[in-house]
Amino acid sequence: MRPLTEEETRVMFEKIAKYIGENLQLLVDRPDGTYCFRLHNDRVYYVSEKIMKLAANISGDKLVSLGTCFGKFTKTHKFRLHVTALDYLAPYAKYKVWIKPGAEQSFLYGNHVLKSGLGRITKNTSQYRGRGGVPPWHKHRLWGRFGVAFHQADVGELVAA
Amino acid sequence: MEGQSVEELLAKAEQDEAEKLQRITVHKELELEFDLGNLLASDRNPPTGLRCAGPTPEAELRALARDNTQLLINQLWQLPTERVEETIVARLPEPTTRLPREKPLPRPRPLTRWQQFARLKGIRPKKKNNLVWDEVSSQWRRRWGYQRARDDTKEWLIEVPGNADPLEDQFAKRIQAKKERVAKNELNRLRNLARAHKMQLPSAAGLHPTGHQSKEELGRAMQVAKVSTASVGRFQERLPKEKAPRGSGKKRKFQPLFGDFAAEKKNQLELLRVMNSKKPQLDVTRATNKQMREEDQEEAAKRRKMSQKGKRKGGRQGPGGKRKGGPPSQGGKRRGGLGGKMNSGPPGLGNKRKGGQRPGGKRRK
Repeated sequence: MRPLTEEETRVMFEKIAKYIGENLQLLVDRPDGTYCFRLHNDRVYYVSEKIMKLAANISGDKLVSLGTCFGKFTKTHKFRLHVTALDYLAPYAKYKVWIKPGAEQSFLYGNHVLKSGLGRITKNTSQYRGRGGVPPWHKHRLWGRFGVAFHQADVGELVAA
Repeated sequence: MEGQSVEELLAKAEQDEAEKLQRITVHKELELEFDLGNLLASDRNPPTGLRCAGPTPEAELRALARDNTQLLINQLWQLPTERVEETIVARLPEPTTRLPREKPLPRPRPLTRWQQFARLKGIRPKKKNNLVWDEVSSQWRRRWGYQRARDDTKEWLIEVPGNADPLEDQFAKRIQAKKERVAKNELNRLRNLARAHKMQLPSAAGLHPTGHQSKEELGRAMQVAKVSTASVGRFQERLPKEKAPRGSGKKRKFQPLFGDFAAEKKNQLELLRVMNSKKPQLDVTRATNKQMREEDQEEAAKRRKMSQKGKRKGGRQGPGGKRKGGPPSQGGKRRGGLGGKMNSGPPGLGNKRKGGQRPGGKRRK
């Protein structure tokens, strides 16, 4: 476990900023406690300082996870955002897309969302939002995928139903 | 008056004596257990006085400590004394309490090479007697060591063997052989020791005396030799096909895990600020450059095509046929709409277009 280097922080912030923009500083600087990003086995965890101090007592090979996993760095040092970060990013997302119940299954299985499948969409969402992802919302609650029209979404850890 | 004062003095003296005695004698329900060898006194009495003392039992604790120490010292005074260099010293008995180990138990050592071999072959150590009868000196001498029984270096007459060089010094030869055996034994002993402690032998940077080395050992020895120059290997040439040594760079240093949180936060916020401030600038530059490059590429392609078609049709179409608002070229394809569409998107998206979605897809037919 170690803190992120300058380069890694920059790459990660750039990725996250695509989803939440300037609200990222609310994640870094929280009023209700010191939270920090730590790297462990190529994964980035967002964890409160208190819990991190406890986790430091566990040896590295036995430590599985701590706090919330935001994503991981690939072998070529690109940052991949994971669906476990959704709970923290969703409140600060700049553009949101609500999907109709009919289209949700289709989106879940990896297809793009057609305009007919959109229930609501935030104003000023540009058409090719593309890589600048937009977390899609279910009609009732938060859905577990990223990316809207162009599917740069995280597939692996799907939070279903 | 005097009598009274004398009486008072006497009474006072008696009182003092009584107090002193009181102080020396301590009454305890249960006798203490003494281990005078360790200067230890164990008090088994229940600490009722302490329990009802309340939140600050300092006074009671101090009194208890004083009493117990007094009893211990009383015991010490009863020990036999002796005089050591003008001081009277009490001789302490042997300690009875067994103290726990200070250090952990020693780990079993790994077997030496001989022990492994003996175990493998089932060789047991034969019990030999230390003294051997020496014919030469006709007395019992030890088997090995100082003035041993059959010491071939001590012979006064050595016959030169038939096949040996007559000018060779046989005595020196024997002494040399002995030295070599001793050195080999010492080396083996050190190696066994190093194996037991898993230490590295600093011997000749990994060069094996018998020459049977693995590829890795040779590589390491070579690396060490290369670095052992005055300039720490900076000006040592490599052979033509020799590769650079792996892992010889500086080790990466990371920030400490619990560093200053405030500093970390400040750095991150600073990074964010820089990122946010830089965002629009980069986009515009990259987008315009990319757009210009695409336009140039299109022009070049068009020119190539036109030149081909021009040979057939006998006339070269001007490259202006593609421009926005230009006159439609005679035989060429209408590309007016292309220019218009290219400039419709916001400049910020110029660098974000993907292959399949480019509006220039109609170009190459």
